[in-house]
Amino acid sequence: MGVPVRRFDAVIVGGGGAGLRAALQLSESGLKTAVLSKVFPTRSHTVAAQGGISASLGNVQEDRWEWHMFDTVKGSDWLGDQDAIEFMCRKAPEAVIELEHFGMPFDRLENGKIYQRPFGGHTQHNGQTPVQRACAAADRTGHAMLHTLYQRNVRANTQFFVEWMALDLIRDADGDVVGVTALEMETGEVFILHAKAVLFATGGAGRIYAASTNAFINTGDGLGMCVRAGIPLEDMEFWQFHPTGVAGAGVLITEGVRGEGGILLNSNGERFMERYAPNLKDLAPRDFVSRSMELEVLEGRGCGPNKDHVLLKLDHLGPDIIKQRLPGIREIAIKFAGVDPIKEPIPVIPTCHYMMGGIPTNYRGEVVTPKDGNHESRVNGFFAAGECACASVHGANRLGTNSLLDLVVFGKSAGDSMVEYIKNEMPTWKDLPADAADRSLARIARLDNQKNGEEVTDVRTAMQRTVQSRAGVFRNSANLALGVTEIKEVAERAKVMQIKDKSKVFNTARVEALEMENLIEIAVATMISAEARQESRGAHAHDDFPTRNDEVWMKHTLYYGENRSLTYKPVHTKPLSVDYIPPKERTF
Amino acid sequence: MTDFDPVELKRIRWHSRRGLLELDLVLERFLAQRFDSLSPAEMSAYKALLELPDNDFLDVVNAKMDLDDPEVMQIVEILRAI
Repeated sequence: MGVPVRRFDAVIVGGGGAGLRAALQLSESGLKTAVLSKVFPTRSHTVAAQGGISASLGNVQEDRWEWHMFDTVKGSDWLGDQDAIEFMCRKAPEAVIELEHFGMPFDRLENGKIYQRPFGGHTQHNGQTPVQRACAAADRTGHAMLHTLYQRNVRANTQFFVEWMALDLIRDADGDVVGVTALEMETGEVFILHAKAVLFATGGAGRIYAASTNAFINTGDGLGMCVRAGIPLEDMEFWQFHPTGVAGAGVLITEGVRGEGGILLNSNGERFMERYAPNLKDLAPRDFVSRSMELEVLEGRGCGPNKDHVLLKLDHLGPDIIKQRLPGIREIAIKFAGVDPIKEPIPVIPTCHYMMGGIPTNYRGEVVTPKDGNHESRVNGFFAAGECACASVHGANRLGTNSLLDLVVFGKSAGDSMVEYIKNEMPTWKDLPADAADRSLARIARLDNQKNGEEVTDVRTAMQRTVQSRAGVFRNSANLALGVTEIKEVAERAKVMQIKDKSKVFNTARVEALEMENLIEIAVATMISAEARQESRGAHAHDDFPTRNDEVWMKHTLYYGENRSLTYKPVHTKPLSVDYIPPKERTF
Repeated sequence: MTDFDPVELKRIRWHSRRGLLELDLVLERFLAQRFDSLSPAEMSAYKALLELPDNDFLDVVNAKMDLDDPEVMQIVEILRAI
């Protein structure tokens, strides 16, 4: 077919924190390394991370990595792999100090050490007392990290392919990964990037939900490519939510609003949280408030023309309190909800924030799948890190500030594994299969030739509504079963998506259609994985099975796209050096 | 818009995809409502804005920060009001 081939030692898909950290390891060891990114790397979604990066530096109060490990295991509701969690928490101080040496401008104490702030879920002595563990660069930690790593990569001669979209993973007859196909947006040409090792660092896929805090670029491209290439996805039923995002927009309204006296109302004007939580009312825990809100919507007491949200009322606080104590909230409400909260309530809905599941890896960043009785057989030449990967350190629920930590620790670890693999096992490139680009070319040809099909935006809206209403924060058997049927119907519609603009050069309609082909795979994986898990654990709260069932369900889900089937694999209960942290009830 | 060929306009649209959801939402409205009627000078000003790092860009849109160039500030005022 004459598809041009370019050759590198390593190809990294995704230019956010994890991709850039891995690229640095490779480039600095002298390997020819390419980073593909749909957008300029410093505009990756890593910039949105404000909270900080956790490490038991103990600069403010006594802290130990073992306590960080305990908090992470507990946060994961015992679905996290304890070897990977130990690895991450032990490496955290070193990772943060390394970033500091790279020039990342962390906030400092008077003695010159990195300042650490308190954050929910961070404790001393295994849950006893809060500890200050989060390192931050003002409210721009992700931004500072990304710029620091980008500059460092420029110095190390990493080659950037900006505005390139990876299309498909190339596997040879042995199942080994030997490269990716990619679309250069500037020309509309498809290329083969032939590599000794490939890393996916493509981020999350929160855009499968109607209400999401994720930027538009977060379309889970790496996960879609895996499904098409026969690689399973792990624990896709676990998504972290925030209770109060602006309905129809996703922008978050801080919990402080309810702290100051804001209340939630349904379509009858009822303060429904009094019914669900008579004592704490609107200040009940995050997941509890989210589920109550969604139950109101499901039972027909939602507000608005589609009865799909509830209202956050503030006007009774008076304009002075709103302006003084809740700066920025009025502007957000006016800009993104079109209401002035001094006069009107803000429409809100539980909003998807983070994907705990992803591409199955070990703590070395190697992608692992079941083969010949081994639960975790390495896929040669294939690595993943960051939100797209499932190591699994977040298990059923991620601890705040562990996401940035995940990027740098596993980005570096995967980079090291790739250097080792390339130097020890791959003296030269494996041959490309003859049909290396066929799938990608067929996808593009289908889009170009499709007639009387479905509009991409219509299919996307249908997908987002289904996932939001069937696999949101309130889940039960009947609703999940309906969701599986519905999402399969949407997936059929996705097969006949069409685009009007057939031009080659900078055709963003084509890019959005290709992104949608990735999103729908993830939406189906999420629905099927969620429907099967008959327990409540972390972010998966199942009304018909309200408790955690360790005996049956302390295991990772693996979803295969080919026949939409599930298998399971055990959670790693053996840390690297310390004792296993046995399951306990998760109370706070 | 004689100074901008159609490919360049498509490129500018793609550069309106950002790392922050808030910017995506504001720029999506701008692209739908105002982009097609911008003069060449306004288009250049918008292009200059897109060069800002995301966090600075959001601070500008949220009126926490102003920029020196009056032509760019005209576009900023549209983004603030949209």
